[in-house]
Amino acid sequence: MWKKGEIILAFYINSKKIRPEFKRMVLRKKIIPWLFLLPILLLHLFVTIGPSISSIYYSLTDWSGLGTAKFIGIGNFQQLWFNDKSFISAFSHNSIWLFYCIITFVMALLVASLLAPLKKGGIAIRTVLFIPFVLSSVVTASIWRNLLNPDRGIGAQLAKIGIYGLDKAFLGITKTSLFTVFFIDNWHWWVFIMVLLLTAMQNIPKELYEAARVDGVNRWQEFRYVTLPGIRPTLFFLILMTGIWTFQTFDYIWILTYGGPAGSSEVLGTLVLKNAFIRLEAGYAAAIGLTMSLFSGILVSIFVYLKKKGLEI
Amino acid sequence: MILSLFVIFALGPIIVLIFNSVKGSAELGRNPLGPPREVIIENYPDAWETGNFSTTVRNSLIIVTGTVSGVLLFGGMAAYSLAKLKLPRIVPNILIIYLLVISSLPVQLFLVPLFVLWRTLHLIDNLLGVIIIYIALYSPFSIFLMRAYIIQIPGDFEDAARIEGANEWQVFTKIVVPLSWPVFLSVGLIVSMFAWNEFLIATVFLTKREVFTVVTSYFAFSKRFGVDWGLTSAAAVMMIIPIISVFLIFQRRFIQGLYQGGIKG
Repeated sequence: MWKKGEIILAFYINSKKIRPEFKRMVLRKKIIPWLFLLPILLLHLFVTIGPSISSIYYSLTDWSGLGTAKFIGIGNFQQLWFNDKSFISAFSHNSIWLFYCIITFVMALLVASLLAPLKKGGIAIRTVLFIPFVLSSVVTASIWRNLLNPDRGIGAQLAKIGIYGLDKAFLGITKTSLFTVFFIDNWHWWVFIMVLLLTAMQNIPKELYEAARVDGVNRWQEFRYVTLPGIRPTLFFLILMTGIWTFQTFDYIWILTYGGPAGSSEVLGTLVLKNAFIRLEAGYAAAIGLTMSLFSGILVSIFVYLKKKGLEI
Repeated sequence: MILSLFVIFALGPIIVLIFNSVKGSAELGRNPLGPPREVIIENYPDAWETGNFSTTVRNSLIIVTGTVSGVLLFGGMAAYSLAKLKLPRIVPNILIIYLLVISSLPVQLFLVPLFVLWRTLHLIDNLLGVIIIYIALYSPFSIFLMRAYIIQIPGDFEDAARIEGANEWQVFTKIVVPLSWPVFLSVGLIVSMFAWNEFLIATVFLTKREVFTVVTSYFAFSKRFGVDWGLTSAAAVMMIIPIISVFLIFQRRFIQGLYQGGIKG
């Protein structure tokens, strides 16, 4: 004979109660992936997306950062793009900086191509070269500010042994301030590009090099016809990202020259902060921020367009 | 060889820093760049006291721990979802584009409204406020890395667990996370480095001395004591020793992680 519990169980299984259970299980399967994504999406919304959208709104207002914002349409942008010398100057400095990055890529390509064929020794050298990258910008800035000191730095020591002309206060001269800051920033981050290029180079099939060697090419031709094409996607991607990152450059300018002397090293990144927190023109600062993003967007679009056109990027 | 030139270029300035940190001011005047003839260690305790290192190191450690925990937890969850869980087909692609766009947005775009928002929420001069920002900033890159790794874990382990009745959270914590420890380690290292060294957000959002990080404190320090190379060098050395040591121990994972994140991103 069936026990009481078994009868109830049989009733339960046969009853319609089982179907909602099943529905709930399927629903859970669909919701759970989103639940895993939810925390980080909410966080992004809160910290990045929300404020970015606010920025778009505030860029159309006259707002000091405190109190209410007065809507003025594209007034900020008109002022910024057509009437503001400091903006045009900063923008040109960012562009010049991008041009300076050619040096970074030359260094990176050179060292990467020297390290690529090495095996164990290569790793040790790579590690040592990477050490400057893990230093904070304040420390790097401090080290180099001292090294470039006109009275006690490298220039001064060179002058003592007869090499003149390098004992100037490069950071304090309008003509050289931007390049000097770039030089110091470059010391910090060129390895990052180098390591990425190095790994790309190491992924080039060895057979291609062997084939080239059989054809009797020299080192430069090998580099031009095997290495460069082999790393092309990585190289172009890095050039794009460098373009985007350099327009956001901030740390070293702020720490070393504060945009000076006389705005000779001002960049868009520092201009935003100065407008927002010192001139108390938060709406205007938002307009600058938006302009920066627009420019990044243009760079990305050019990249995607070239890629679509099949320019094997 | 050319490589040795680059090595000198990379290490030289740091070696000079270490030299200078053990020189007294008299010797610094005579010998600003070379090896010290007399080793003085007073600069270190001096810098520690004056630079308020006990507080700032604690602050930086809190920020790093909080940030890494948040990124590994929330980022890991998102990576797991994007890698393994069933979302409508186009969603992972959309989300990847979303993460790409977010990582190329300049900080300056959302900095000001974020600052105002934080001020309303009393999160300025608050370590937690900075931790939240860092988690948001460093998670796209981390999610890329973690997803790429998790996606290649064979699904058999999870399926076995699911058959045994485990719910998704248990599958995540008891199967996927332990199996993904290499990428979690890489991400942890890289995020630690960024969080320890970060300057812009720390400067804007932490304005009171008690909440200064090692970085912002050193910035103020070098402005005040810039002339005393011995002191500032010692402070700098104390700041970089932890990160360099961690880097040297884990260098392979560091560089591998940065490479994979850089390329995938």
